[in-house]
Amino acid sequence: MTELGTIKPIIEALIFASNSSITLDRIATILEGEDRKVIKEALDELIKEYETSERGFTIVRVAGGYQLRTRPEYSPWIRRLLKTTTRISRASMECLAIIAYRQPITKGEVEDIRGVDSTGILRSLLEKRLIRIVGRKDAPGRPVLYGTTREFLETFDLKDLSHLPTLKDIQMMEEGDACGETPEGDSQGRGDIETEGRGDDSRGEGESERQGGNLPGGEGRS
Amino acid sequence: MPYNVRLDIFEGPLDLLLHLIRKNRVDIYDIPIADITEQYLEYLELMKEMNLNVAGEFLVMAATLIHIKSRMLLPVTEEEDDEEEGVDPREELTRRLVEYQRYKEAVRDLDMRLVLGRDVFPRGRHHHLEGLDGEEVFVDVSIFDLIGALKDVLSRIEEPHSLDITVDRFRVADKINYIMERLYREETIPFDALFHRSALRGEIIVTFLAVLELAKLLVVGVHQTEDGIIRIYRRTPGTLVRTVH
Repeated sequence: MTELGTIKPIIEALIFASNSSITLDRIATILEGEDRKVIKEALDELIKEYETSERGFTIVRVAGGYQLRTRPEYSPWIRRLLKTTTRISRASMECLAIIAYRQPITKGEVEDIRGVDSTGILRSLLEKRLIRIVGRKDAPGRPVLYGTTREFLETFDLKDLSHLPTLKDIQMMEEGDACGETPEGDSQGRGDIETEGRGDDSRGEGESERQGGNLPGGEGRS
Repeated sequence: MPYNVRLDIFEGPLDLLLHLIRKNRVDIYDIPIADITEQYLEYLELMKEMNLNVAGEFLVMAATLIHIKSRMLLPVTEEEDDEEEGVDPREELTRRLVEYQRYKEAVRDLDMRLVLGRDVFPRGRHHHLEGLDGEEVFVDVSIFDLIGALKDVLSRIEEPHSLDITVDRFRVADKINYIMERLYREETIPFDALFHRSALRGEIIVTFLAVLELAKLLVVGVHQTEDGIIRIYRRTPGTLVRTVH
């Protein structure tokens, strides 16, 4: 077993060199034969080190992986540097939220909730890779089902879907009509995100807040 | 038409209804249908008058509202309509509004997170959100908040609907110049301060359209402060806003 002090800088280098977040699985594959527990320990230490030292950036756990990110307090300067900022329109945000909480979901179901045509918005969200097609619904016309992506999790600083903010119930009268989202559907739609998000979670953060595959929306409660 | 602001409205009839419910401070579970229907139709009328794209969904909702209203007027007799007995005709609409409202709340929660490319940045460029596409956004306020503010301004003038006579005298292009000149000096202007006290209805509407046009071109921003005041401000040149629509 390698010294923690030896693999820590290697892991740090891997995170630095990665284009997007890097998962513990991937790190383990690269560090052939290294004990996952040791890797996890090294990661936790790294995170703590960045947190306690006064750096402009930190290592964050996001989308089931690890990523270097600037600290939020320095965003004004970064925006000046890049001359751009991400802005997601209200309508796009609505579609995203509906898809995030209700996936897998068809365009028709999104439109039923919003009450307005959403074709263009869904197309653009697909292009931006914030959503993806996860299958087809077993219904007349076999409509396409949408789900959120890893980029969605990264964009909104979410470890996995179970960390979505809880949908607030404004004293719902009855919630009996939550059609179209079935428990099977849920797991199917989030398949890859699940595998990336789990397994490396020895701290159990994902599980402690909410059990396994339950979406925080509290849908499907009868 | 003498002006044509092709503005696509990405908000739907449910947004308009929620706006009206908020504006009138009424209970979503006990919507005064007659009042709300009347106001809904007024907004629709104004949107058409401004030649904004009014999607078919708005008309479907208008029909639904009128239908509910008429059912509310019917005396409730106990024998007839067994299957619908005791059912509030507003129930389905309320259910939809409440559900939609939940997702709007969720949007607020998501928006408060540390958004990549806005609050926090990875190394190098953030790939997937780059690129500006045609259907850009421009306002931080709901279009219905804006139209509501416009209605308030219009209600303060006495002049009746006389758009046809006056409209030729005002052109969107002139009002664009006017707004830009003012923004040079003032940086930010409260929405209702854009209009002269003595302005005519046509002039007010054309000014409003000029604001929309400028906002669409990303030259100005429209922003609503905590206290509900809508302000127009000059966008800092050089700051490109990448948007996802």
